[in-house]
Amino acid sequence: MTMQIADTVSLSPPDAKARAHAAAARNNLRTEPKAVRIVIITLAILFLSVFVVLPLVVVFAQAFSKGIVAYLAALAEPEALSAIRLTLVVAAISVGLNLIFGLVASWAIAKFEFKGKTFLITLIDLPFSVSPVISGLVFVLLFGAQGYFGGWLRDHDIQILFAVPGIALATTFITFPFVARALIPLMQEQGTQEEEAAISLGASGLQTFFRVTLPNIKWGVLYGVLLCNARAMGEFGAVSVVSGHIRGETNTMPLLVEILYNEYQFVAAFAIASLLALLALITLIAKTVLESHLDEGHDARDH
Amino acid sequence: MSAIAVRRRTLPGFGLTMGLTLSWLSVIILIPLAGLFLKSFELSPEQLWAILSSRRTLNALRVSFGLAFAAACVNLVMGSIIVWALVRYRFPGRRLFDAIVDVPFALPTAVAGVALTSLFAEKGWLGAPLAALGIKVAFTPLGIFVAMIFIGIPFVVRTVQPVLQDLDPEIEEAAGSLGASRWQTIIRVILPSLAPALLTGLALAFARAVGEYGSVIFIAGNLPNVSEIAPLLIVIRLSEFRYADATAIAVVMLVVSFVIIFAVNRLQRWAQNRIPAR
Repeated sequence: MTMQIADTVSLSPPDAKARAHAAAARNNLRTEPKAVRIVIITLAILFLSVFVVLPLVVVFAQAFSKGIVAYLAALAEPEALSAIRLTLVVAAISVGLNLIFGLVASWAIAKFEFKGKTFLITLIDLPFSVSPVISGLVFVLLFGAQGYFGGWLRDHDIQILFAVPGIALATTFITFPFVARALIPLMQEQGTQEEEAAISLGASGLQTFFRVTLPNIKWGVLYGVLLCNARAMGEFGAVSVVSGHIRGETNTMPLLVEILYNEYQFVAAFAIASLLALLALITLIAKTVLESHLDEGHDARDH
Repeated sequence: MSAIAVRRRTLPGFGLTMGLTLSWLSVIILIPLAGLFLKSFELSPEQLWAILSSRRTLNALRVSFGLAFAAACVNLVMGSIIVWALVRYRFPGRRLFDAIVDVPFALPTAVAGVALTSLFAEKGWLGAPLAALGIKVAFTPLGIFVAMIFIGIPFVVRTVQPVLQDLDPEIEEAAGSLGASRWQTIIRVILPSLAPALLTGLALAFARAVGEYGSVIFIAGNLPNVSEIAPLLIVIRLSEFRYADATAIAVVMLVVSFVIIFAVNRLQRWAQNRIPAR
């Protein structure tokens, strides 16, 4: 029995803040000479600045290189507006689908014990390790003119490839794991006691989920949706394969960046890119805020 | 254990949610991936071999795998340095730089691609001084290498960071007080504890770089046999309606991804078994 408790404890991630405090107190006992510290910090800052900060700065510098008027004009182009609209529609569809899937899957995986759980999680994680281009290719092989369902789709006059359904499918594939992966560890850690109490007091399954589980995981849900949305709006490789690049119709924002860039319309390309970079920055800030909420959740339960 | 299992079953909805999970997983992920493998079985072994052993395919695979591995190694070294600075030292802007590590995760790959190209192009902020030194980055294999380094940074940092934070300080203090030099402690005590996380980070960065498309194609130059990556060759074959070629290359890449997933799973298990709970 004691072994079992030890196992459970080791599975829950230790408290971040307590760890930091303990580490700080002992830091002076286990550190390097000052010169070494300075070299390591300098290397880290230099590397991150050159490889991460500079590319980000370049996007905005290029976007505004001809002034704010040219920047705004580029964003007001009909092609830009239609790309923004398509990106929002596709993101809404795939985030919606993956949100529902994430909630359903994490209930099954986190609240019950069954064989093959690790394998199931590995399957859910698959899209993370599949090249985006291959994620698009699989849908071309299914729905393309020579694909498995190509003939049937043509006979019934249904357009999936080179149209919104194909783009939404490929994006859903790519962003499949995000919500589920944010919720499964959180719900596993929270256990089943509160839900069991609600059920034994006569609540229905759905009531229990909406009144007990959902309030407990709301920050995790937001966290998953946030990351899912960022990836959905920014996906390039998979969407590029299935979109067909029909101007004004099937170009999402990342695809339009490519087209404008290849046409040497740098201000316009970087103007669209700057919106996507802004989305990334807002996502990172919101992620940091949500992580602190999730950490507070840990604290409240641990103490 | 059985007592817990029985009690957990008292919650409703297992059958329904598990059924929905498996169905949706099959529709979105498993059937499409199975379709790819089915398609590759339509090829005879000779056809498959002819596609994979063609000079252009081999070169594309070599460029993708070779440069991805080199970039993952750079990420391993630089990622370790960044993690060490972020976890062990206090310096102004530490929290900001900690957040910045995630930018390659969050920035859409096409944006990263055009930004890196503009930065390293001959007239770019970094490209110009490098060109003066005779180093050409954009539109060469070196450009692919740079893009792959960019995309892989977070993997090593985010895998190693929690492990280094969790490392029991007492083992280091013990090593130090028993007369080990700081360098000996790092090599003999800390490094072995971090090894599973470091290898996992290396594998994840490698897997991501091999399949990477958006951030690479702008800066690559895309010269067949020289700076053409395997994912781009898949796209080119698709646009030529040579589906068999595209499928064959994709299957090779997928099999490698699956091997990496398997290796990472084993690494995680190894890590869990060897580092006891504090």
